[in-house]
Amino acid sequence: MKFFGFVIVCLTGGLLLYGTMDLPDWGDPGSPASTHLSDYYIEHIVEETQVPNLVTAVLADYRGYDTMFETAVVFCAGLACFLLLRDFRPKKDRYFRHVPTGVMLHFKNPQTRLIAGNEFEHMDKDWVPSDMIIKTVCRILIPFIQIYALYVVAHGDFSPGGGFQGGVIFGSSLILMAISYNLKTLVKRVTEKFLSVFAALGVLIYVGLGVAAMLMGGHFLDYGMLAPLLPSDPGHIRALGMLGVEIGVGIAVMAVMVIIYINIVSEGRHDEGL
Amino acid sequence: MNNMPAILVLAPLLGAFFACLAAWIQKQLSYYIALAAMAVSCFAAVSVLTDVITSGTMQYRMAGWAPPMGIELRIDLLNAMVLVLISAIAFVNLVASVKNVEQEISDRAPSFYVMYLLFVVGLLGVTATGDLFNLYVLIEITSLTSYTLIALGDKDRAPLAALNYIFIGVIGASFYLLGVGYLYITTGSLNMADVAVILKGIQGSSAVLTAFILCILGVWIKMALFPLHVWLPNAYAFAPVGFARVVAPLMTKVMVYVMVRLMVTVFGLEYIFETLNLADAVVWLAVTAILAGAFTALFQKDLKKMLAYIIVCEIGYMVGGAWLGNSLGMTGAILHILNDGLMTFALFLAVGNIIYMRRQTAFSDLSGLFAAMPWTMAGFVLAGLSIIGVPPTCGFFSKWYLVLGAFEAGAYHFAAALIISSLVCAVLFFKVFEICFFEADSGAGDHNPAKVITEAPVSMLASLGLVSVAIIAAGIYAGTIVDTIILPFLQ
Amino acid sequence: MSDILPLIVAKYNFWLYIILMMIGLYAMIAKNNLMKKLVGMNIFQTAIILFYVSIGYKHGATIPIIQGGHGGHSAHDAVIHAADYINPLPHVLMLTAIVVSVATFGVAMALCVRIYQRYQTLEEDELRMRVSERITHE
Repeated sequence: MKFFGFVIVCLTGGLLLYGTMDLPDWGDPGSPASTHLSDYYIEHIVEETQVPNLVTAVLADYRGYDTMFETAVVFCAGLACFLLLRDFRPKKDRYFRHVPTGVMLHFKNPQTRLIAGNEFEHMDKDWVPSDMIIKTVCRILIPFIQIYALYVVAHGDFSPGGGFQGGVIFGSSLILMAISYNLKTLVKRVTEKFLSVFAALGVLIYVGLGVAAMLMGGHFLDYGMLAPLLPSDPGHIRALGMLGVEIGVGIAVMAVMVIIYINIVSEGRHDEGL
Repeated sequence: MNNMPAILVLAPLLGAFFACLAAWIQKQLSYYIALAAMAVSCFAAVSVLTDVITSGTMQYRMAGWAPPMGIELRIDLLNAMVLVLISAIAFVNLVASVKNVEQEISDRAPSFYVMYLLFVVGLLGVTATGDLFNLYVLIEITSLTSYTLIALGDKDRAPLAALNYIFIGVIGASFYLLGVGYLYITTGSLNMADVAVILKGIQGSSAVLTAFILCILGVWIKMALFPLHVWLPNAYAFAPVGFARVVAPLMTKVMVYVMVRLMVTVFGLEYIFETLNLADAVVWLAVTAILAGAFTALFQKDLKKMLAYIIVCEIGYMVGGAWLGNSLGMTGAILHILNDGLMTFALFLAVGNIIYMRRQTAFSDLSGLFAAMPWTMAGFVLAGLSIIGVPPTCGFFSKWYLVLGAFEAGAYHFAAALIISSLVCAVLFFKVFEICFFEADSGAGDHNPAKVITEAPVSMLASLGLVSVAIIAAGIYAGTIVDTIILPFLQ
Repeated sequence: MSDILPLIVAKYNFWLYIILMMIGLYAMIAKNNLMKKLVGMNIFQTAIILFYVSIGYKHGATIPIIQGGHGGHSAHDAVIHAADYINPLPHVLMLTAIVVSVATFGVAMALCVRIYQRYQTLEEDELRMRVSERITHE
């Protein structure tokens, strides 16, 4: 296999090297890639859409159809993790902690049920009490991370950022919560239903905006057609449309990041892990 | 303005997300939403096909931007035909497979339907789009959904098969993406029509050649052409039936469509057959693929695996036909996309019925099937005859064009491979028929299933019947299809 | 030799991406551990991202965010020179490709977890052994 791999690598590498011979030099401003479409985008985007961040404008407007499917890919990944890993059967070995005294109880029989109440708490097998410093720091940090995520989403039109980036930051703040406290805390606050509804909703906002444009008589995703629906400067309507789309993307990405994390670390049981 | 091209792709996409939300209210709802979405998509596809036949190529500008700046859907006769094939098969399969899904993955059925719809969205989008990069994104959607759905099959082996498929699929998609990158760096555009115009001026460039090889190689990996087919048999054999039925006839055919599209629309046939001297080598590769597929199928002991190798063999037909370099061969290849889709679908429908009743598809478990499931076996026999290439069925006509094309191009080895593989397929299918016809003396003796007719549910049989009729109809109207769709496209 | 050197210098990061990509491809084909293969897959995809981003670069240009375009009518007055900003399109494409590769990686990880649950190993040779053992047992 090693030799076989080496041969394939050499052949592919040779082909790619041969291909680079005729490529324009790196960073050459006159190369076809930097002149044909690129010049049009750079010179016309601000005029046509009022969005100074060209990457966002191309992403959410000119190539918005691509980005819609990209969001659908993210959704797929979340759903895939759920489909492949989610396991509703309770675990055989379960550990409970008596909260006032700290005594651990170990149940080997899945049939045994503990009397419900505030006295007992479900535990991880290799549970270590979280460090107070870590807990406190994270508790203070998480809201700021989330505010920053919202800023990144909202400011995607003007500065580097956008739905994907903001969504990932927001999702990671929730993952930080799971790491610094434990998975149970996260799952209790952010339920599975909430996450899956948000994941679908985020993409639906995107597709819905496009369909709304279609119903108003334009092409799919033609935000310019939404002008009568929104009380805004008609020249600015494309920027608003992009913002709406970015919010949808942000929601979907946030939800999916958390779904993937929860399912992979707990092997689909949503009870313990990392 | 006609929104049908967009609706065609969007109906299943919207359906997927509504089905996901509806599953939290009522699990059954998601199935009906999926059914409705596919029906809308199917209707839109048919209406697009009639429009394209009467008034020529349709262009749909996404977000209203003119083509090289924005993404366009560009639907000509070839895509329109493939779109109808995809949406119809996906719709019929949804009707046929409810019971299989209930039997195999009942606890996750709503998620299965959501994934299924997204898979179909990917296929439809790949076929409809006129943008090279958009094609990549949609290929990734189809791949991602098929990895997942394949892994839901056989508990022990499906995840491994799916993981292997991921590794090979990622290499394929990445090669395609790299090819698009090389095209972009030399042309500065991503729109297929625009790229084709610019490419005419720079045909000698080594970067274009590399782009061509990378794109075609990527598509070959995805369609499982012979030496690159290692992922296919396991993946298709261990997938859940409800999904295998749609992935087996559609996935590879859509990739063949992508290859034809790249050859005809983007790079241009003159570039491929006059500037490059690869055609002979590829036809030889196709010959190897046909023979290897057919002979490996001979050694299989399981019906699903056998069919998977037959798919490998059929891919050889289409690739070879497309690379013969004449219009007869290309006609045969395109017609075979349609016909092979129908035949494979019928075979897998029959296999699904057998699995639903018997849970097994090893040859040793098939005895007495003709007595127990006469209607299913009738459909199976018809589809089998079509694969072999017996005249009234559609399989004969595409093979006929392929053989004619082979003679015109002087590629006698390809014609010989076609005939040999037909003979091997005949041997294969008659072996299966024989096993199914005669009752095994031992083993099944206790409960004696042959005496009682244990036929699959009506919904499954009706779908199989419909597809069988379509196979015959595609055979009878093969001339009309060629005259109204394929020849105008090739001119 | 004398004409190859300037060729390499002018296109050095295309060469670098090829080397990186081949490392990834080799890992995907030759490594025995599924996790290592996954890491190889990630390197492979990242190399392509590097390639695309290098397409977008232009000497003497800055990031594609128009200066002074922020919320104003003043933006219309200033003339925008295409040579001042790098090409935004490859960045857009790569944002998509990154998301796709993350999604693929997530699904592949989930599958690895499934396989580990079933066979207690991620080494390919051991997996092959255990699968065939299971088949002969039946």
